[in-house]
Amino acid sequence: MISVSVRVSLSYAEECIFDDFRLTLESGRLICLLGKSGSGKSTLLRFIAGLVSSNIATGKAVASDNNPLSGRVAWMAQQDLLLPWLKVIDNVMIGSLLRGEKSKEQVELARCLLARVELNGADQRYPHELSGGMRQRVALARTLIEDRPVNLLDEPFSGLDSSTRYQLQDLACTMLSNRTTLLVTHDPLEAVRMADSIYVLSGRPATVAQRIDPPGVPPRQLSDVNVSNAYAELMNQLVHPESADNVD
Amino acid sequence: MWIKSLVIITGLVTIWQIIVWVTGAPPFIVPAPLEVAIALVANFSLIGFHASVTIVEIVAGLLLGCSIGIGSAWLILQFQPVRAWFLPILVASQALPVFAIAPVLMLWLGFGMASKIAMATLIIYFPVTAALYDGLRNTDASWIDMARIMGASKHTVLKFIRLPAALPSLGSGLRIAAAVAPIGAVVGEWVGSSSGLGYLMLHANARSQIDLMFAALIVLAGFAVLLYFSIDLLIKKTVFWQTETTLEAS
Repeated sequence: MISVSVRVSLSYAEECIFDDFRLTLESGRLICLLGKSGSGKSTLLRFIAGLVSSNIATGKAVASDNNPLSGRVAWMAQQDLLLPWLKVIDNVMIGSLLRGEKSKEQVELARCLLARVELNGADQRYPHELSGGMRQRVALARTLIEDRPVNLLDEPFSGLDSSTRYQLQDLACTMLSNRTTLLVTHDPLEAVRMADSIYVLSGRPATVAQRIDPPGVPPRQLSDVNVSNAYAELMNQLVHPESADNVD
Repeated sequence: MWIKSLVIITGLVTIWQIIVWVTGAPPFIVPAPLEVAIALVANFSLIGFHASVTIVEIVAGLLLGCSIGIGSAWLILQFQPVRAWFLPILVASQALPVFAIAPVLMLWLGFGMASKIAMATLIIYFPVTAALYDGLRNTDASWIDMARIMGASKHTVLKFIRLPAALPSLGSGLRIAAAVAPIGAVVGEWVGSSSGLGYLMLHANARSQIDLMFAALIVLAGFAVLLYFSIDLLIKKTVFWQTETTLEAS
């Protein structure tokens, strides 16, 4: 298992979004970056994935074993990014198809993962025949089959209705436990339910305004009193960033 | 669909018949629908022969134009610098009216089918190239990002993502191709030929056999419509994931 240290300065359209920002993805833990829309959190995630051009970003995302990160990252986005012309099973296996290494074991593994995200028997269907929640389940299976040491989740459930989102948070938490994971979200409840550690981003250039490690083991249930406490604290931080700073 | 087509055709024929009655135009100006129908039956084998020539020209032109168009789009995508050199030629080939090039093509390729196929190819080529190239380069950036993270090669991205994603756009190009292909072939036949529906129409017109000319025209229109809808159906079957939206539903 590896941890990842990130150090980045990033400007976009003359505006400085991150100025020597540092973040560590601790090994085997789920770190959550919480911030309002437009706080630059998605860009940071894209930077770690190696998708941001060096014209706008300087800095490094370094793995603890000093090997390059590329090829060891899995990415799940807000859009399911399913390819509408491929069956569900091929969408799950798209990584191996794209690398030209399709095999029988992969097909078997894909079926197995589809069953684990509760999509038994959907493997021969096409994405347009599925609901939004089912599609995001497929996307989750596609992320998991890659079996990468580092997982990056970019608001993966924000397009779903609240009950589906709740189920998928449970599922993702269980399946990503003990993997180095960075979750980016604007939903404080999602952060509280899923994360081992929560960093609240604010300001421009963005800084970590607060770090919260909610007690208990994710996925935390709503009945858990720690959840409502942490939720209130985070909400307060998001709504009144200035006053919370003053308290410090 | 069939009922609608039938209603439209019946309606048009009725209007046509009424115009003939009201204006009292003689048959050598506007023949009545029945006269055209009689001409069609009486000259069935003659029209059939000429139609088969035109159809072969159109279909061959379509196949050739689409193949070259698809090949060019791929070439431009693979070798971006080609685009700057290639595009002016492409546009010039379209800016020149087919009528202007037709005599030259007759001169080079003769009065047979080859020159007509070349004409059809020429006007099909551009819409197909432009549509496919547009589709190939406008792939959703998130898909490409995902593929990059997964360690895809350029070739597999083209195969699994870019090409299928470009199919709806290619479909638009093919629909235009199907609609304009008959123009290329028939214009070619007008300029110089000894067979084909264009030749037959010109010939009939010169001899005031307007009923025969109309009959040939109807066969041509019928084939053009059939060709368009076959290709449309083929595209819809291929691009099965695309759902159409209507104004009412939005």
